[in-house]
Amino acid sequence: MRVLIAKPGLDGHDRGAKVVAHALRDAGIEVIYSGLKRTPEEIVQEAIQEDVDVVGLSILSGAHMLLARRVLDGLRAQDAADIAVVVGGTIPPRDVESLKRLGVQDVFPMGTPLPEIVKAFRRAERPGGEG
Amino acid sequence: MKELRAHAGFPIAPAYGPEDLAGVDFERDIGRPGEYPFTRGIHKHMYRERLWTMRQYIGFGTPEETNARFKYLMAHGQDALNVAFDLPTQLGLDSDDAKAEGEVGRVGMAVDTLADMEAAFDGIPLDRVSVSLTINGMAAPITAMYYAVAEKQGAAPERVVTTPQNDILKEFIARGTWIYPVDPSLRLVADLIEFSARHYPRSNPVSVCGYHIREAGCTTAQEMAYGLAIAAAYVELMLARGMAVDDFAPRISFNFTAWGKIFEEVAKFRAGRRLYARMLRERFQASNPRSWMFRSLIGGGGSAFAVQEPENNIVRGAYIALAGALAGAQTMALPTYDEAYTIPSPKAQLIALRTMQICAEESGAADTADPLAGSYYVEALTTAMEKQILDELARVERMGGIVEAVKSGAVQAEVARQAYLFEQRIVSGEIPKVAVNCHVGDRPAEADRDVELYSFDPSATEAQVAKLARIRAERDDGVARAALDRLADEARGSANLMYPIMEAVKAYATLGEMAHAMKRVFGEHQEAVRL
Repeated sequence: MRVLIAKPGLDGHDRGAKVVAHALRDAGIEVIYSGLKRTPEEIVQEAIQEDVDVVGLSILSGAHMLLARRVLDGLRAQDAADIAVVVGGTIPPRDVESLKRLGVQDVFPMGTPLPEIVKAFRRAERPGGEG
Repeated sequence: MKELRAHAGFPIAPAYGPEDLAGVDFERDIGRPGEYPFTRGIHKHMYRERLWTMRQYIGFGTPEETNARFKYLMAHGQDALNVAFDLPTQLGLDSDDAKAEGEVGRVGMAVDTLADMEAAFDGIPLDRVSVSLTINGMAAPITAMYYAVAEKQGAAPERVVTTPQNDILKEFIARGTWIYPVDPSLRLVADLIEFSARHYPRSNPVSVCGYHIREAGCTTAQEMAYGLAIAAAYVELMLARGMAVDDFAPRISFNFTAWGKIFEEVAKFRAGRRLYARMLRERFQASNPRSWMFRSLIGGGGSAFAVQEPENNIVRGAYIALAGALAGAQTMALPTYDEAYTIPSPKAQLIALRTMQICAEESGAADTADPLAGSYYVEALTTAMEKQILDELARVERMGGIVEAVKSGAVQAEVARQAYLFEQRIVSGEIPKVAVNCHVGDRPAEADRDVELYSFDPSATEAQVAKLARIRAERDDGVARAALDRLADEARGSANLMYPIMEAVKAYATLGEMAHAMKRVFGEHQEAVRL
């Protein structure tokens, strides 16, 4: 299983993204980390090029609705909607359902235990993955 | 008996006694408050003469909205301001830049031109209020705007007290609002320090932040070690320009956290003050006692707080305030209990301010200087912390020094590694967190959501963009263009860029225009992505 952990937008807080990346790697998942300040378009390209199962977006700036929509739209436009998108960060409760309605598979608001996040990534693996 | 460790990693004994103070020399290592090496604090009588400054971090939406919140807190006894800027401002993007979409006014107030800083400080006398500006990559132009507003208000330069953060090294390590490569970024830091030392003698042109590095995951000892290493790097930068150490060192200030174990935090600051004083006096040969003083904002630490049962964070905030008072803070700022959810509500801001006031006025923590001095435990912890900080400083040297460690990404990778270790200790329960990994209640999650959420108003962005268009149309474009050309020209040389930046600011050049003029010359930083 391959995962892209990405930081879209201008937000520079990468503690959560890096902690999740480390945890996924310890769970035997191959992890690519985008680095800071990637545009949604860059993230879509990287996800497709690296042929990942899941894109994990980490957003702590409040701009999550817009950025998640851009990534989802970009994946659909490139016929890559089978790549799951999950979102973590400072997501207020009222936005969790809105993100899921957009097509985000899972949302990890502040305080989500790390083991739960790892499990959710596992669930998002594409069929045919090597497990 | 269960083994316990400090956040710095060393073990904590169940009891301490005189035998734990072996090797400590009272006069050499501890001394008296207000005297070298300042282990016990930088002032003789500490809070009996002057309480710490209370400086909550505020800013959101437009400058006009932020101005109203400033006035609200000042009406309730807050005596200084700490301005939050939105991400486009921090990164030198105008509010109408495509990259700024969705981010204008989100995490702080939006600033495009001098007109915005004029609105933010309308009715606030800048010769009487001290203002921190949480700005780094764009510290030079934003501080130039601040100086220009002060000038327009008629404030005498020697009465203007501002503290731009201007600590770019910690941005590369932890907070991420870098723009240019490391070397030109450091040049801008030095330009602002030099300009301020010459023209605004009471401003504090750099605030070295361990705070954000700790928030990104490092240990207590690393927080202090990295802060000291960064401060030394800035001192060396200024010495290389030919400035005398005593001409700028007295205005260097710090920004650190105090969350976690109270006594360990106090020990961290006592050890840090001692190490800093020795570094400035012995290594850098400073002779002005003010150059030896580690003056710090202490507080913060949203990562101390939890999203579960958010009201508990009010209690955690009180312990942070207590730790800050016992540690000898010059300034204090607390996270608000709703921080994990939202831009703080006025109520949450007021509770944080009241928490500091109660600590100051009611608790007795401010009655006498360094009240924990002489405690077997705290003195032993101070010694242990000093040793650990020195070990971490030696590790930084092995990475090639802090500037090289930042360029290679080695220090960033170490901070991320520590963040993961910390998280594992939370998951295992080794670091207890009430209502998170122990004493977990059966309260439904919905009850945790009973916080007033800030409603982001998209019309604020429209208003900001409209104002920017109006300023661009009204200004003398020729003057603004000429100033921007001069800025780009001088960026190619080695002159102090604050002078052309001041000129551009006063011509109402936009922040994005100034940032772009420098980007053409400096290029952009390429992050060394390492896990």
